[in-house]
Amino acid sequence: MGGYIIKRLISAIPVLLGITIIVFLIMSLIPGDPATAILGSYATPENVAKINRDLGLDKPMVQRYFIWLFNMVQGDFGRSYSLNRPVIDEVLERFTATLVLAGTSFVLCSILGILAGVVSAARQYGWADKAITFTVLIGISVPSFFLGMMMILLFAVNLKWLPVSGMYAIYGGGDLWDLAKHLVMPALALSAVATGVIARLARSAMLEVLRLDYIRTARAKGLPERRVIMGHALRAAMVSIIPVLGIQAGFVLSGSVYIEIVFQWPGAGRMLVDAILSRDLLLVQGGVVFIAACYVLFNILVDVAQSLLDPRIKT
Amino acid sequence: MTALKVENLAKTFALKKPLFGAAPPGVRAVRAMSFEVAKGETLGVVGESGCGKSTLARMLVGLLEPSQGHIEIDGRALDNADPAEFGKLIQYVFQDPSSSLNPRKTIRQIIEAPLKRLHKMPKAERGTRIAEIFASVNLREEFLGRYPHEFSGGQAQRIGIARALAANPRIIILDEPVSALDVSVQAQVLNLMKDLKAEFGLTYLFITHDLAVVEAVSDRILVLYFGAVVEVGRADSIFANPRHPYTKLLADSAPVVGRPLTAPEQKGNELPDPLNPPPGCAFAGRCPFATDLCRRTDPALERMGDDQFAACHHPL
Amino acid sequence: MHFLTLLFRNQLAALGAVVLGAILVAVLLTPVLPLQDPNATATPDRFLSPFAEGHLLGTDHLGRDLLSRLLHGTLLSLGVGVAAALIAGIIGSAIGIVAGYVGGRTDNIIMRGVDMLMAFPYILLALAIVAALGPGLLNALIAVAAVNIPFFARNIRGVTVGLAGREFIDAARLSGMSHTRIILTELLPNVLPVIIIAMSTTVGWMILETAGLSFLGLGSQPPQADLGSMLGEARSALITYPHVSVIPGLMIFLIVMSVNLLGDGLRDALDPRLRSGALSRPRAITLVEREDEVPAATDDLLAIQDLQTQFHVGDRIYRAVGGVSLAVRPGECLGLIGESGSGKSVTALSVMGLVSSPPGVITGGAVRFQGTDLIGARYEALRRMRGDRVAYIFQDPLSTLHPLYRVGDQLAEAIRSHHKVGHKEARERAVQLFEDVRIPNAKSRIDNYPHEMSGGMRQRVGIAMALANDPDVIIADEPTTALDVTVQAQILSLLNDLRRDRGLAILFITHDFGVVAQLCDRIAVMYAGRIVEEGPTTAVLERPAHPYTKRLIACVPELGGGRRELAAITGLPPVVNDLPPGCAFAPRCDKVRADCKHGEIALAGPGARAVRCLYPEADLQKGEETTA
Repeated sequence: MGGYIIKRLISAIPVLLGITIIVFLIMSLIPGDPATAILGSYATPENVAKINRDLGLDKPMVQRYFIWLFNMVQGDFGRSYSLNRPVIDEVLERFTATLVLAGTSFVLCSILGILAGVVSAARQYGWADKAITFTVLIGISVPSFFLGMMMILLFAVNLKWLPVSGMYAIYGGGDLWDLAKHLVMPALALSAVATGVIARLARSAMLEVLRLDYIRTARAKGLPERRVIMGHALRAAMVSIIPVLGIQAGFVLSGSVYIEIVFQWPGAGRMLVDAILSRDLLLVQGGVVFIAACYVLFNILVDVAQSLLDPRIKT
Repeated sequence: MTALKVENLAKTFALKKPLFGAAPPGVRAVRAMSFEVAKGETLGVVGESGCGKSTLARMLVGLLEPSQGHIEIDGRALDNADPAEFGKLIQYVFQDPSSSLNPRKTIRQIIEAPLKRLHKMPKAERGTRIAEIFASVNLREEFLGRYPHEFSGGQAQRIGIARALAANPRIIILDEPVSALDVSVQAQVLNLMKDLKAEFGLTYLFITHDLAVVEAVSDRILVLYFGAVVEVGRADSIFANPRHPYTKLLADSAPVVGRPLTAPEQKGNELPDPLNPPPGCAFAGRCPFATDLCRRTDPALERMGDDQFAACHHPL
Repeated sequence: MHFLTLLFRNQLAALGAVVLGAILVAVLLTPVLPLQDPNATATPDRFLSPFAEGHLLGTDHLGRDLLSRLLHGTLLSLGVGVAAALIAGIIGSAIGIVAGYVGGRTDNIIMRGVDMLMAFPYILLALAIVAALGPGLLNALIAVAAVNIPFFARNIRGVTVGLAGREFIDAARLSGMSHTRIILTELLPNVLPVIIIAMSTTVGWMILETAGLSFLGLGSQPPQADLGSMLGEARSALITYPHVSVIPGLMIFLIVMSVNLLGDGLRDALDPRLRSGALSRPRAITLVEREDEVPAATDDLLAIQDLQTQFHVGDRIYRAVGGVSLAVRPGECLGLIGESGSGKSVTALSVMGLVSSPPGVITGGAVRFQGTDLIGARYEALRRMRGDRVAYIFQDPLSTLHPLYRVGDQLAEAIRSHHKVGHKEARERAVQLFEDVRIPNAKSRIDNYPHEMSGGMRQRVGIAMALANDPDVIIADEPTTALDVTVQAQILSLLNDLRRDRGLAILFITHDFGVVAQLCDRIAVMYAGRIVEEGPTTAVLERPAHPYTKRLIACVPELGGGRRELAAITGLPPVVNDLPPGCAFAPRCDKVRADCKHGEIALAGPGARAVRCLYPEADLQKGEETTA
């Protein structure tokens, strides 16, 4: 097992390098003179020269890439223009907030999605199946940002159960209970689509598995139906569900950009959008690489979970 | 006259090279083997799962590149030729008739392909030729416009045979052609193939795991074990007078009406590990007569009696 | 046409089509409708409520007419979403097909690249692209299409790899087709449904994504507005004027939902498995709909009495088992022999209610174990008998053992679901059972997974599992068909020893006369769902009475017969949803007479033998006297 994890970690290195190359190439697509584009009306010659020097734009592209890469490996992601602080500090701070939101949503959508899918498959064509299928259909069709806005209108403005936005109350907040209250709506809105996708997949994976010969064997040996469904069938279905959980984690992380804006959540997604709109390229580059790297590591966890579940995968 | 000559043909499947260290030696699916098939002969090839019979067949029709050795058809070497060249000389009838027909093509399109691509036959001529072929496999011409899913297993297998015939080959490889069929239909297909052989002057290589079937249709039989030929002999005598203990085990294991049920003598039934094959005879682990000699050196195929060859240090 | 009927039989898909159609008509009529200029501002009229004078849906923060903006925005959102789906679908599928067909190094390199792109949470890639190209609707379209290419490529590659390994691709190569031609004419037509399904199920998603980028202010730029940017602009006034947000939001929801409904319908119509209802969940117990009277109890150990099992598929009814009666006594081995489709396996599975429902339904007869009717039994009562009193051995041990559990655990579980024993004791019992079925190194073997064992060993595990609770009856459904002949001989002799040592009754289902002859005391021959002949094994094999039995035996080549012409039966077995009246074998029988083709022909005969034929091949009366 330990050997397998190490092997996966080593094989992640080329992926991480690939990510830096892709990001670097995309960023060098920027037409015209980036310094002028960044500075806009502040493009005095001194400023342009300073930016070119800071970004290393006076050097050839390959060299620029390696300088950027080596600095990053040492933890130096450069300095943000719009915020005037090191990129890594800003990214770490904002990404923590995103992790709280996206992590909660991910746990929520995994549990709810799998549960809904299993119930739906076990009661195929029954009223529970129909109700779940209908709810799921709405869940995957409504834009998360619109859902979030409607939740604000209903639960915060009309019913006044929950705070409108933010991560903590401005006065007197800051404890866990405060955080939880602020987290409920954004986490639910963010997990809606992923829950729907996972529920649909879990339902079809369960239906697929329930027809297999070894389920008939399990029944033929007299196992109680609960054990057949929740043990034999679900375990086999998890083999196709787990990889999708990995993909959905990426979707939840992606969706957090919208939700952070709707709920004024101080996360990394909002930071990226602000950075793009203010053309703070180093912040965009650093943020994207950092978050993508975290996602790669998360996917290694997913693979390890898969290999623990399925002995046929060579470890 | 020799229709098909195989010399030192072998296939080793390379394994994926690990991140560190040298690539492992690979899986030897077929070990160097040589044999000949005379024109108009039916050579039966028997063996159990994992003996390399499908790998052999795929090499013979050019779907798989051999690791070593060469193939001659009618005295012409076929090394490194493209599948289309192979196709005019040697054709293949697949085991699973439903999977060997493209579900989205009509039967006419399927049978037309070899005429069009291999023989560049003009359209008018193709029509008459297809009608001839279809008549010879006892299928009605109205089937030509239909799709494969509308046919039963036996009919689909006859369509597969018709496609092979359309290429006008000298040799047809039959890879378990009746294993997927019911007994009552199996005989229909086997008898049809016998008639076609006479009609078109074909040479057959008949691959199967069913001893009774292979005995009923073959002139000579080749017994494979673990990727190598262990015995070759005349079909009418090889199972009655086997020289190799494995051939005897096979013959004794076949269920026969009227014979009492006994497990034939053998120790275990596991094939050797293909990743780590033993140095000597591959059958030594299961053989009741195995000695140290068997476990050390691999026996070569030697003549034993008139038309019989066996690879055994202690032939029966 | 047929396809459209199929599609709209699905009511939800039809609903989706209607809603989407209505939206499309409205959008297409936009240029000719008497609408106001969507970009004409009128600050005094800002934030008018719906149904205001001249503004059916009200106005936004600049006083622009919402209805007009909504319709123009919808056009834009729809167009961009569909375009993105088409671009991503075509490029991604092309990459996937090529990678999947060519394989080897090309495949490896392409898929590495795809994995690399999928290592990004997709929005990061989209944001990076927009950051580089600058905000704008066209750039948003490019970004959304680009991030979806890897999904298509991976999906289509998987399908292609499966197809490229199929034999018809090999056949095409042997027919002299070039690689390009094979890709275009053999692969593409088979992959196309998958591509269409993938596109139709992602269009909704693409519309959401482009709307999302516009919502962030990175898509369409003012004054042009798609639905996303309308929502984005309205957000600041969400609490005071919610209708400005609700209207475009609802429109996105309606579009995406109708597209999804239609996409699901398309998928169901194109996927043949879904069409045939094959993806229905089998119930824990076969559905029973008996109308006739239940036959009276007998004193047999296991008696199948006039059993009728049908498959209801659509409006067709397949009579798989059409009134079968059989009985086994303790220590007896009864062989049930027949060709595929004869109903022998369905008979066996009906005993313990294991026929998949849907589509299986038991419509008549009874199965009695020691006199108790199992067909009418409640689920819990039946479950307690399954594996405990009546156990099964199935055909292919690779697919019938659970791949993710250790074999010992699967065995222990069989014991523990009927007896209250501890884990340790169950494990010890499992080791003992492994030794009983002659698995070497039983102690270490019970910790293997099924894929770590050979076919013969796996089937021994299957037998051990059947023996776990010391059952009275074992039903073996073609237990050696998937095995090599040398392994088959061992398994058969093991079964034979076990039945003599333990006094087991065995119902042995097979298509192989050689196997039956060696193992069974009595045999019953099935044809088209009914038993056509029954009797002691040697008597039936030596003097078959039914023409079908006689000719079927003649078809089987026997080892030692030499090179010869084989006997065949012309024609095909009848389809059981359209059985001819009278004898089902009559159309293939060379002794058929006029009265064979109507009326019910009874299974009758003296003593242990019986035949369902008006003109049997052997005189049973005479035969029984001479053997007696």
